[in-house]
This record gives sequence, structure tokens and C-alpha cells, in this order.
Amino acid sequence: MIDIIIMIFCTLGALAVLLAAIGVLRMPDVYLRLSVTTKAATLGIGLILVGAAFHFSEVGVTSRIIAIIFFITVTAPVSAYLIVRASYFIKAKLWEHSIVDELNGMYDKKTHSLSSTDLPDEVASHRTDDEEEIEEIK
Amino acid sequence: MMQKRFLMNVLLTVIWVALTGSFDYLNFIFGFLVSFFVMWIISRNTDDRKYFTIAFKVLGFFFFFLYEFFKATIEVAYEVMTKRFQMKPGIIKMPLDAKTDLEITLLSNLISLTPGTLVLDVSEDRTVIYIHGMYVEDKVKFINSIKEGLEKPLLSIMR
Repeated sequence: MIDIIIMIFCTLGALAVLLAAIGVLRMPDVYLRLSVTTKAATLGIGLILVGAAFHFSEVGVTSRIIAIIFFITVTAPVSAYLIVRASYFIKAKLWEHSIVDELNGMYDKKTHSLSSTDLPDEVASHRTDDEEEIEEIK
Repeated sequence: MMQKRFLMNVLLTVIWVALTGSFDYLNFIFGFLVSFFVMWIISRNTDDRKYFTIAFKVLGFFFFFLYEFFKATIEVAYEVMTKRFQMKPGIIKMPLDAKTDLEITLLSNLISLTPGTLVLDVSEDRTVIYIHGMYVEDKVKFINSIKEGLEKPLLSIMR
């Protein structure tokens, strides 16, 4: 009975990791690749580890596995977020069939600070105003 | 107050395990449930009861998230395996209701963990969050599904 449970968990986990691998090959851009890979890999590792927990069924092993699953779940999104942010900065292209890109033009080019409102033109006009004022003062 | 209740619960669990003398997971879980039930019975005012309603909410949210997680995984798996892509990806701006650091961190982690959505960045003034989604057919529907599915239950637990 317990063998069957272990088999089910490990097979599902291996399938999830396989799916992540195929996703990396097939997806058309960085963002889609990351959004397929991180989750499927997390799920796959989690399922395989649960299978391992059933296989050993000891307190020490199980508590370590719970800790591993917890830390993977907490850290995987953070690394995905950092990679995706960096790839947006180096202007990795979105897939051509993407519908919208509301992030376009929201980053300040020099400081990389992100604005929430859609006012690039007004900011530009403000800047010109300031320059004019400076010239007037001069 | 909440932390006090939780620590009390853990303490009672340890006492239960020490008294019964068998040091395994099942006994820990059973002891936790027993002490939880006892504390629930002896709680009197509404201030005390908050811990118990939140405990059920956390449990419910956990299983709800697990369900959503597997549903979205199957969706993405189908997308990866089929020959022609049906997806309509895009980057969407979502206004945030979460305010503190912890709330925003947890929310963005949960969004990133759900297959098909990925957090790109949080704006400097913390009013909006930029999400890359795989299925953005309708922008309003997409935002609503995240707001109703993840943000609302999370905030009801945190606050």
C-alpha cells in the first residue's frame, strides 16, 4: 500500500519536472518560460520529497523535508521575480502575440524607480518647465 | 494576543506529548487538536475567539490555494503539451489593497506561486503591482480573479 503511495507521488513529481523542462524549450519568451518553470519545478520537487518522506517515515527525515519544502516555496518566487525584473531592464522582448504591456515606459530610465501612474508626458513637461524657469532666473 | 494563544496551544501540545510519552507526528497533531479544542471551550469573550476563527480561515485558505494551484498547474500543463498556443499573455497593472511590507510580500509570493502569473515589480509608492499573466483575455476579469481569489482572503487573515 505504502509503495503505491510513494510511486504515485514520485511519478507525479517527475512528470511536473519534465513539464518544466519542456516548458523551458517550448515557451516563446523569458517571462512565459519563468512563469512555467518556477512553479512546475517547485511542485515537482515538493512531490518527490513527499514521496521520500513516506519512504523513510522517520521523524527526523520528515521534519527536514517539511523545512526544505517550506524554504523552496518561500525562495523560488523571489528568485523568479529578480530574474524577470532584470530581464525587463535589459529589454527582453515579449512574445509577439502578447496583448498588453502596461509596464512599458513606467520605469525611470536612470534611477529604475517605478511609478504607479501613467504620466510620462507630464513628467517630461514638468522637466521642461523647470528648465525654462532656470533659464528665466539666469 | 494571537501569538499568546498560539504559544499557549503549543505549550499544551508539548505537555500532552510529554504525558503520553510517544514522540511521533501523529501524537503531536492529536495533542495540538485536543489543546485547541480545550482552549476553544474555555474561551469566553469575543477577543479570545478571534484566534479560533482565524485558525479555520488559515486552514481553509491553505486548501483553497492548494486547489487553485493544482487547477492552474493542469491548465499550464495543457498549454505546454499542446501544439498550438492558446494563451494570451500580457503585463497587467493591479492596484494594491495590501499596505504593509509583510502583506505585500506574502501577496506577491502567492501570486508568483500560482502557475500562469508572475509578479514583475511593485511600484515605488506601493499602490500598484505589475503582474505578467498567461491568460489575459479580459483585463478586469483577470484583476478580479486575483483580488477575490488571493488578496481578499489573505487580508482577512492578516488584519
